Amino acid sequence: MVVMKMKFPFEKRVKLAQGLWLLSWLATMAGALTFTLGCFLKTELNRRAEVMDNTDIHIVPNTLMIVGMASLGINYFAGKICQDALDAGRFLRWKSFLKPYFGVSCFFSALMLLSVIMSYIMKGNLESSLKIGLKNGIRFYKDTDTPGRCFQKQTIDRLQMQFHCCGNTDFRDWFEVQWISNRYLDFSSKDVKDRIKSNVDGRYLVDGVPFSCCNPSSPRPCIQYEITNNSAHYNYEHQTEELNIFIRGCREALVNYYMGLMKTIGAGVFPVFLIQGSVLVSLRYLQTAMEAVTGEENTEMETEGYLLEKSLKETIMEYLDPVLTFFLLNQVSDDSTGAEGSTPTP
Amino acid sequence: MVLLKMIFPLQRRVRLAQGLWLLSWLAVMSGAFTFCLGVYLKTELLRRAEVMDNTEIHVVPNILMLVGLASIGTNWFAGRVCQDSLDVTRFPRWKPFLLAWFAVAMILCFLLITSVVLSYALQGHLEESLKVGLRNGIRFYRDTDVPGRCFQKETIDRLQVELRCCGNNNFRDWFEVQWISNRYLDFTSKEVKDRVRSNVDGRYLVDGVPFSCCNPGSPRPCLQYHLLDNNAHYNYEHQSEELNLYSRGCRQALVDYYMELMNTIGPGVLSLVFVQISVLLSLRYLQTAVEGAMALEDPEGESEGYILEKGLKDTFEEFKANTLNLLKLGQINPNAEEDGDEKAASS
Repeated sequence: MVVMKMKFPFEKRVKLAQGLWLLSWLATMAGALTFTLGCFLKTELNRRAEVMDNTDIHIVPNTLMIVGMASLGINYFAGKICQDALDAGRFLRWKSFLKPYFGVSCFFSALMLLSVIMSYIMKGNLESSLKIGLKNGIRFYKDTDTPGRCFQKQTIDRLQMQFHCCGNTDFRDWFEVQWISNRYLDFSSKDVKDRIKSNVDGRYLVDGVPFSCCNPSSPRPCIQYEITNNSAHYNYEHQTEELNIFIRGCREALVNYYMGLMKTIGAGVFPVFLIQGSVLVSLRYLQTAMEAVTGEENTEMETEGYLLEKSLKETIMEYLDPVLTFFLLNQVSDDSTGAEGSTPTP
Repeated sequence: MVLLKMIFPLQRRVRLAQGLWLLSWLAVMSGAFTFCLGVYLKTELLRRAEVMDNTEIHVVPNILMLVGLASIGTNWFAGRVCQDSLDVTRFPRWKPFLLAWFAVAMILCFLLITSVVLSYALQGHLEESLKVGLRNGIRFYRDTDVPGRCFQKETIDRLQVELRCCGNNNFRDWFEVQWISNRYLDFTSKEVKDRVRSNVDGRYLVDGVPFSCCNPGSPRPCLQYHLLDNNAHYNYEHQSEELNLYSRGCRQALVDYYMELMNTIGPGVLSLVFVQISVLLSLRYLQTAVEGAMALEDPEGESEGYILEKGLKDTFEEFKANTLNLLKLGQINPNAEEDGDEKAASS
């Protein structure tokens, strides 16, 4: 039972070959674009790698880059095949190549679709990675003298200034950690001693934030310390004050930024997937139409083209059979002729 | 005495025309590139227009944009001329335009060189303009409730954060102005009253800077206030502290930024000058060679090409004489009426 049969008179075959050649060049450029988008996304993720806990999210740009490179190769061959397609003599040499070619191409096309889907669904993963990364960044903000952590302060400061955000969830995260190093605290002063005694771990906690949380749009010079104390500042009510510091949390800011980027890239790669699919479908039709011509006297006769010779299930089994026999051969079987030592080992 | 004479057989003329055609298209693209550079420079200058007092420096990008557009048209024209140059019937119609074309091309080259010279010469003007602009910005920093000045604070803050600078010359400029608005000062407190009384104008001056001067590269949380008081902060010496605030002044930062930009643009502009001059010389040779060939009996024979028919001095004298004649014709002269009628009858 043939899948999606179509009739191909000679004129239609010629048009199909020409159209496919143009389409394969378009698909090559689209594949190069996909690779570029993957590189761009990877660069952007690497820029903020210090506030990410794991690199799971990198699977999206990695897949895009692999698929982009693969599609360059796939479409190059598609162009060459369709150039030879109308000449029955030259088309013969591609015959044995085409079956594995279609298998590989379908695999990479599916991978492309998968990358588009992943760019939308990996939000939760990204968010949890950023949550941990930012929590560590804020915890180690004061450790500018510890090797390996000495740049956390600068990283977090620049991040907050660039993304107009403060803290992890919001600015109150800074109230819960000691972000002022002991090197700059006068332990002989009463205020410091009181604060340290007032909590269990002996940490110097303040209701203040670093300067990088300050909002330049505020009409008033920035209030960094004693934020929750209304009487510490003239004409100040912290409940109604909105412009003084950034109210958005950095996790939300970064997630929005990266999801916006990935959604745009996903929307750009989906048409590339459609183009790639149409290249493969056209090539399949061209191949089957030309195969019917081989050996015939009249090369300009009408032929039939189809997508799959057998039904979908049978075709999948046909592809999987070699793989299954490979595994079956390696199974230890009672009635195998293992004693003769003829079982091939990889 | 002909200037820079060269012999042009037919093959060479053909090669010259082909080469000139390619060169003119290269010059068109260079012109477009110069226009884009001008637009980019103008955009960058406009971004910081709020801290500039005057727009004198804008003459540089304006010239670049003008010359870029003009050279696109000029070189497209040169391409058309050289396309027709090898066809004896079509070339004569371009003849009257060529003198004007040469004049325009030379003016364009001159303008380009002027723009490069100006970009260096106007550095002093730029610095003055920034000095006044930044001084006003710092003075009006606190006036966030005054219409027309309410964005100065945000402008100065963003400038200091982006360019990593503080104040006009350095951070001490902030000590000399009141940058904290009276709306946020408690005039019943002793400290405020003391500070306001301690100076003649009744201003609230502090030895402190806005948060935008803070350097993220500092190992210590930023110290903004009481900067000159070593006792106000633990383990602090203001004389040796370098990383706490940005040490560079914003005027220096902006001048450096724009000078670097113009230094990068300079070579691109000079390459356009070079290309334009090559087009000009090639077209002159082509014109004289083709005109020489048309005058010969055998149009495919050898002809001479040159830059100037007479020497440089003679050509200049001739040019001067022609200009004076034109001016004389315009003068009111009782004798000129009869001559004028004759000339009108003959032209």
